[in-house]
Order: sequence, then structure tokens, then C-alpha cells
Amino acid sequence: MTASTGPQTVTGLRWTRRHLLGLADLSAEEITSILDQAEEFKRLAAAGETKLNALAGTVVANLFFENSTRTRTSFSLAAKRLSADTIDFSSSGSSLSKGETFLDTARNIEAMGATQVVVRHRTPGAPHLLAKSLGVNVLNAGDGTREHPTQALLDIFTIRERRGTLEGLTVALVGDILHSRVARSNIFGLTTLGARVIVCGPATLIPPHIEELGVEVSYNFDDILAEADCINLLRVQFERQRGGFFPSVREYAHLFGMDGPRLRRAKDEVLILAPGPINRGLEITPEVADGGHSVILDQVTNGLMIRMACLYLLNQQNQ
Amino acid sequence: MTTIHIHGGRIIDPAQQIDRTADLLIRDGNIVGIDESSESVDESIDAAGLIVCPGLIDLHVALREPGFEEDETIASGTAAALAGGFTSVASMPDTSPVVDNRAAAEFIVLQAERAGNCRVFPLGAVTKDHAAEELSEIGQLVDGGAVAFTGAKKPVANAEIMRRALEYTRMFDRPIFNHPQVPELVSKAVMHDGYYSTLLGMPGMPAASESIMIGRDIALAEMTGGKLHLMCVSTADAVEQIRRAKARGIAVTADVTPHHLVLTDESLQSFDSNFKVDPPLRTQEHIDALIEGLKDGTIDAICSDHQPFAEEKKAVEVDLAPFGIVGLETVLPLCVKSLIEPGHLDWPELIALLSTGPERILNINKGSLHPGADADVTLIDPDVSWIIDPADFRSQGRNTPFAGWNVSGRAQTVIVGGQVRYRSEA
Repeated sequence: MTASTGPQTVTGLRWTRRHLLGLADLSAEEITSILDQAEEFKRLAAAGETKLNALAGTVVANLFFENSTRTRTSFSLAAKRLSADTIDFSSSGSSLSKGETFLDTARNIEAMGATQVVVRHRTPGAPHLLAKSLGVNVLNAGDGTREHPTQALLDIFTIRERRGTLEGLTVALVGDILHSRVARSNIFGLTTLGARVIVCGPATLIPPHIEELGVEVSYNFDDILAEADCINLLRVQFERQRGGFFPSVREYAHLFGMDGPRLRRAKDEVLILAPGPINRGLEITPEVADGGHSVILDQVTNGLMIRMACLYLLNQQNQ
Repeated sequence: MTTIHIHGGRIIDPAQQIDRTADLLIRDGNIVGIDESSESVDESIDAAGLIVCPGLIDLHVALREPGFEEDETIASGTAAALAGGFTSVASMPDTSPVVDNRAAAEFIVLQAERAGNCRVFPLGAVTKDHAAEELSEIGQLVDGGAVAFTGAKKPVANAEIMRRALEYTRMFDRPIFNHPQVPELVSKAVMHDGYYSTLLGMPGMPAASESIMIGRDIALAEMTGGKLHLMCVSTADAVEQIRRAKARGIAVTADVTPHHLVLTDESLQSFDSNFKVDPPLRTQEHIDALIEGLKDGTIDAICSDHQPFAEEKKAVEVDLAPFGIVGLETVLPLCVKSLIEPGHLDWPELIALLSTGPERILNINKGSLHPGADADVTLIDPDVSWIIDPADFRSQGRNTPFAGWNVSGRAQTVIVGGQVRYRSEA
């Protein structure tokens, strides 16, 4: 396949940042810039332009200190689509247990010539530490329970693709809000773009002061079903739990699982999203996951476009 | 036979309720008196524009030796104490090995004498090896110089052990220092539980974890008649509970650190581990209550909670970094910023919180300029402006969130036992 010639920057974008650490600090214009650029990549892909040379000569390093399959694969493919070379570094153990500090590992990767570092780490703020210490672009691919900006961007992109705008829509984030970086990034991005956000889940999994982030809180899924234009079913994060947050999986599924009867009580046009990997039968039944309202696989496709857009826009700042 | 004459300074001695411009005479390591003169003077110190006060006392310092000399040694820690204006410090027993026996306590005292900086009063461990199973040999530790007993940053979590410790130490008239925190409510947490912990996705340490432990400890102090000291209180409810306990005549005292008076949990937005302290930085409403507690005497003392760490231990992800910051060399200016400048306290009140306050808790016969007392004297320049630069610290620890802060007030000359041990270079 021949690489097409770039660049394909959408006109009128407002992007001047060197790092993507989270959505908390981004303006509506900045978020829209990423979405518009992703849309352009999606249009090109549909036109058969699947290999672009925009990042030729650059090196994208995937530093994953936590297990991940889809995010890492998605970033890796996004980099390759833009003709960057890629380095994959995975380590699920803590950096201290390996004897080398996190920063030293990252400095080594930088010394190999990486120009962009995609980092996933179990500690909130780990990408900030890299941004402060290294000279490369840093993309947060999930820092502990804080933020996962590209996931929220792809969720938002998917909604915008179907509805045209986020303004005035009601989006319900259902499940484990406390441990969810996807929830935080979605809250920041959605509220910035003018959506109404309801967080819904067991009281033990909704952190204090969450209303101050501009969201409404509900502990009763059935109460909010009829109001939601989009329902994003967050995964129950068994691995992050200190335990004892809810009595049983069965009770969780009973109170907060999205099943056929609940879907029938939701809005006719409701969109069902899930960041995945989904626990079938727990947050979502197969009937819903594979049904006509589900956009779960669109999210995966769009994730690639969003990550291409982020890598591309950050690299523009290095020119 | 050395005579030092300090003249023209503002002498503040809260123990004698003195605050006036006068001269102070020191001979052979002891205070002769105020307004006393001498025919022969070996050293004359001009204290015009300076405050002359009892040597400051810090009742909560980790010196790290033995066992963690990469963080601090007794020599470097006591040098830092002098630079901060302190002539006596109480050292935490969470060393390796733990200070849970007489020999360990005597080692601390001996190393401090060898260093020849300030005085060090060891605190002993409440339980053997900090294991929270059996009481340490508290009587032996007292013989070795220990002046109080504590689990340091490990709360005495078991109520039965706390009860026995408060009962047992009554025989020696020595307090138990507890870090008031229910461990199971702060597991894996790095900061105050509130808006910012939710915003940043970090596990939080709720204020209630302090309230609960303080409630338990006050009840045990009342029941046993033992002396309870609550270290580094950080919440409004703590102040309220201590205020009520004191009103009922229970033997409870408390201290607070300057960093809990000037920083809030908002600082953690930087993800800088120099803002990670235990107890955590809280919110303005808690700060206001702590200041109120200092003003009305509910809180007895201000301490540094000096926690030095080698650079590599702090330059890691915030959850892996240890809790704590160095404090000895920044207590005074931070107190000026948080208490003197806004007009909450005047200088005699601040000096009391750094001398007679800790003295009443430690009972070490220091902290006054009365005739015959050990000549531990600190001269403070209250107005000098300076910029905090960790590179200038005497402490080995550079882990401070205050680098670059523009501050006022600094120890200018520090005298221990009649000998000038420190002079500011500025």
C-alpha cells in the first residue's frame, strides 16, 4: 500500500497543547478540534486512505504499566496508520518492584528517540510527572482512577456522530463512578460541551462532592431510564476495589444491570455505550449489547480515529 | 567561665510573662537574669531589632538515625533544628531498630551529644518493635532518657493497648503521643477525602478518621487518668473535641504543624509528592478552626513534623511516595505568614506555642529565661525577608513544598547551654 501525502489538518482548529493529560482543563473549542480532526480521519478512511504519512519519522512509545488490550492496540494501530514507528513497553508490576523507577524507564524510552509517549499507569498524575520530566508529547491512556481522555473523546465522538451535537442531551453514566477514570473524563468533556450528565450507581461507588463537578446523582436506575438520551454502562472494576462496595454481583445486576425490560422503558432513540471490556450479564445483557441501540462496536472504530487525531495534533506542536 | 551579654533586644519569655526591651546575661551555661550586668563579658551580642526568647522546642521530629541515614542523620537533623531556631527537639522512635529499649534511647542521646548541635529528647515506642502487641519496656526507656511514648506515624490502633499504655505511663508521669487516625478508613489513601480527591480520582482520608480516634483516646484518657497528647491534629472536629475534653479537666494536649495552616488539599492538583503529608492537607474551614484552637489555647504547641526523605524516595508516583515533608527550617517563617502577619497571634503568643507549650507536654525543664535556667536562647530577626531555597537547608532532606516562597522571620543566633551554636549567614 502506498502512503498518501498529508497533511490533512482540518481548518480552524484551536489546538496548541503539547500534552493530552485529561479533559478537565480543555475548552469546548479544544475538544471540538479533536473531534473534527477525528472526523476528517474517518472520512479519509472511508475513502480508502487508510495509510497516511503524517507522522513518518516519528516514534510513538506505548508505555503500559497496567494491563490493557484494546487501548494499547488502538494507539498502536493509530500510530501505524500515521506512519510512525512504534515501541511497546508493558509492565504490570509496580515500577519499584522492578527495581527501576517509572521515571527512569520513561527516560530510557525517550533516549531511544521516542517523540510521543502514550502512558497508562495505575497512579493519578503519573502522566503529569512524565510531562514535567521529559521533552516528549505525553498522551494519557488512563491514570489510575483519574482520567482516560481518549476513551471519553471516543464516547463523545460516537454520540455526536449519531446526534449531531452534545448540547442539551442527557447522558447517564451508570455503575462504578468512584473507581472510573472513564466516568471522570466523560463528566468533564460532556459538561464542557453542554450535555446534562446524571451519574447513577450504588451509593458506595459514587464519591463525595461529585455534584460539584456539575452532575446530578441518582441511586435508582429505573428512575432515570426515561430521561436519558444516552446510557454509558461502566464496567464494574473488580480489580480496583478494596472490597465490600456491594453485597453481590447478583444484586448489582438486579439494581444496575441494563437488560431487555429496562431497554424497553428507555427512550426509543436511546444510545447504549460501554467502554469495555464488558462483563456480559453483569452491567449489560447480551440482548442489549448486541441489539439495535448498542453503539459499542462503533466506539471501538471511532477510538482509532480519536487516537489518530490526538497523536496528529500533538505532533503538530513539535513542528 | 564564659559570660555572654545580649543587649538591646526585645526579650520575650512567656513563662515569666516578660515582653520588653532589655539585656540578658548568661554565665557558665546558665541564665543569670534580665537587666543583670557583669564586669567582664566574653561575648557581647547586639540584639537591637531582634527578639530574644527561650530556645524553641520541637516536639515532633524524625531524625531517621539509626537505620535511615540516607534520609537524615542525628547530626544533620540537629543542625537543621538550630537553623530553625530550635534548641531542643523530641525525636520519633520509628527508626531501625525501633527505639523500644534503653540502649536505643541512649544511642540517640549519645549521637546528639557527639554532634554538638541542639539537645535531643528521645521518644520511646509504645510497643515492642512497633508491632502493637506488647508494651515496650517503658520504665527502662525512661531511665535511658525517653520523655514520652508513641507509635510515631502508626496510630495505636488497638484500644486495649492504648488503655494499658495510658495506665502504665502514669507511674512515670509521661504522656502517650498518638497519631489520631483510624487506619482502616485511610487504607491506600494519599490525600484528604473531599472535592479534590474526587476530582483527581485519588483515594481519600476522611476527616472522620481523625474524629473517631480522638473520641476514643479522650475516653481512654478520662478513664485511665493517663496523659494523652494528640499529634498533628488537622480537623475542625478535633479542635472541638479537645476543647470540650479540656473543659472537663481531662489531661489532653495537642499540636499542629505550620503546613496544615498554610496549605489545602487543592495543592495536590500538582501531583507533587511534597504535598503528600499525614495527616493530609485539608480545607480552609479546617485551617480556620485550627487557628481558632491556637488562639484560645485548645492547641498547646506548634511542631514541625519534620519528615526528611532522600530525593529518590519522593521522586516517584504520588501513591508510592512516602508521606511527609521537612519542616525544621521553615516553621518560624510559616508561623509568621499564617499567624503573625494576619494578626491571629502576637509574638509572645507564638513564642509560647514554640517554647512553654511543648515544655508543658514534654516536661523537660526547658523553655524559660528565668535565672538559673539552662541558657538555651534563640535570637529571631522578625522582619528579615528571605526566599526558601532547599539547597540551603542543613537538613539532608530537600522534600519541601515551600521552595521559592518569599517569607519573613528567621532565627539569627542560637545559643545552647550558654554556647553560641548557630549564627545566620544572612
